[in-house]
Amino acid sequence: MTELENNILEILSDDHRVSAEQISAMLGVDVKEVEATIKALEDRGVIVKYNTIINWEKTDREFVTALIEVKVVPQRDQGFDVIAERIYRFPEVQSVYLMSGDYDLAVTVEGKTMKDIAYFVAERLSPLESVLSTATHFILKKYKVEGIILEDHEQDHRLAVSP
Amino acid sequence: MNIKDMISPVIRDMPPSGIRRFFDLVDEIEGAVSLGVGEPDFITPWHIREASIHSLEEGYTHYTSNWGLPDLRREIARYLSHRFNLAYSFEDQIIVTVGASEAIDLALRAIVTPGDEVLVPEPSYVSYMPCVEMAGGRVVPIVTKAEDEFRLTPQALREAITPHTKALILPYPNNPTGGVMLRSDLEAIADVLKDTDILVLSDEIYAELTYGDTAHVSIASLPGMEERTVLISGFSKAFAMTGWRVGYAAGHRDIIAAMVKIHQYTMLCAPVMSQIAAVEALRAGYNDDYEDVKRMHREYDRRRRLMVKSFNDMGLECFEPRGAFYVFPSIQRTGMSSEEFCERLLQEQKVAVVPGNAFGASGEGFIRCSYAYSIDALTEALKRIGAFVENLHN
Ligand SMILES: Cc1ncc(COP(=O)(O)O)c(C=O)c1O
Repeated sequence: MTELENNILEILSDDHRVSAEQISAMLGVDVKEVEATIKALEDRGVIVKYNTIINWEKTDREFVTALIEVKVVPQRDQGFDVIAERIYRFPEVQSVYLMSGDYDLAVTVEGKTMKDIAYFVAERLSPLESVLSTATHFILKKYKVEGIILEDHEQDHRLAVSP
Repeated sequence: MNIKDMISPVIRDMPPSGIRRFFDLVDEIEGAVSLGVGEPDFITPWHIREASIHSLEEGYTHYTSNWGLPDLRREIARYLSHRFNLAYSFEDQIIVTVGASEAIDLALRAIVTPGDEVLVPEPSYVSYMPCVEMAGGRVVPIVTKAEDEFRLTPQALREAITPHTKALILPYPNNPTGGVMLRSDLEAIADVLKDTDILVLSDEIYAELTYGDTAHVSIASLPGMEERTVLISGFSKAFAMTGWRVGYAAGHRDIIAAMVKIHQYTMLCAPVMSQIAAVEALRAGYNDDYEDVKRMHREYDRRRRLMVKSFNDMGLECFEPRGAFYVFPSIQRTGMSSEEFCERLLQEQKVAVVPGNAFGASGEGFIRCSYAYSIDALTEALKRIGAFVENLHN
């Protein structure tokens, strides 16, 4: 990774709406070079997607999320990747992490109701051949997501003018 | 009794800060966007706040030594050595103060006797002049110029020296211009001073905020300069800790002892919870290579480039500042005075910037714009300033 790439990633990971022109001014680098670098980062799959962090608690959407600890038997030659994919392809699955420690995969799942989640675990997850066991924990409240505090009450308390 | 007559003439005749007047104007305008702030937009890093909260829980609610917590002085000594190659004994060469502000006041009161002259490069921070006057001294301003990138030149210094000169205030990296002094610039100044009995008060509170390939150099680290230099700094800018009110001075043991004498009668000590927070700031910095300072520095640097480019693009000439978090563009082209420009900009586009002459007469023709704001806020303010300048042409 070059210094320019690292700088661009830091800026975009904080706010992807910052334009190439602004980045160019901020880093003192030609716009064309900024655009080309962003394009290359996208092509290489370093930048995966530009999305928005939403506090769904503040909307009228009905949902529950659960964190499911999954123990699995790894497949010969493919390790955990195949079973992970079998799981993350389900649209209700929000994230899948391979873990060290007591269990293998941490899976977060979203549904409209607790029944949806129970159904997912019983009918989709547990029957998978390599799944040995699951433990489901419902998430009651999200405070911080992807490094972002959802209800941040820190404000700018500075005076408007100071020496 | 006329109470007004009871006020000391030194205070009565002291003009109120130009910043204060402008603050009152801005306060009346609803929805104003401000670039007028002289402090970081970052909130103090959480681990520092957490350390202070923990100290309160542990019952640290008492006075400390007049010199400051020994742990903090040890950390400051290590920090100054590590970052700026300076060797101070934590035992008798460092005093912890209530912000760099108090350190400036103490240093001046410790050395100035009536009739002494103190050289102050201008434009510069608003406190030096009143503190010199309250100490009974006389300010001799030295004008620094945009064409010299607002550096103090040896010629200008030499011309200002008289038999009454007691001290030089060296305010670099500079508020409001963003000017810095490189090693070679400092060497030239040291050369002028070496055969004199002139002390240096070096206000290095922006030392961590220099940009480009040259790191900050303290004049105290030059050969023969340590003894005559009082280094003044603090936590406000580099660690985003303005409200904690904690700073320090380091220098010759006799000067520091004199400063402690004043401090013990007037202040006693800096707030203990703030001193504990400062210990955490330096200790964590030492251990993680000043991660927080560097993160904020990277952001300031990006904003700085954006500001310089935007002002030059709108035709307000702006030299590239290499320190602090201000740009100081010239508005001479508009034919307006600094105050007129700022007042009209505030009325017409609701943007607050500070007139350059608030930092000394030689700041006339310039405005100070802080970039201690988010990119979103800066972009909005720059858009409005651009529109204002555009309208002037039509
Ligand atoms: C150049 C300079 N020196 C000193 C200070 C005061 O700093 P402190 O908060 O440590 O009192 C400031 C604050 O704006 C400053 O700009």
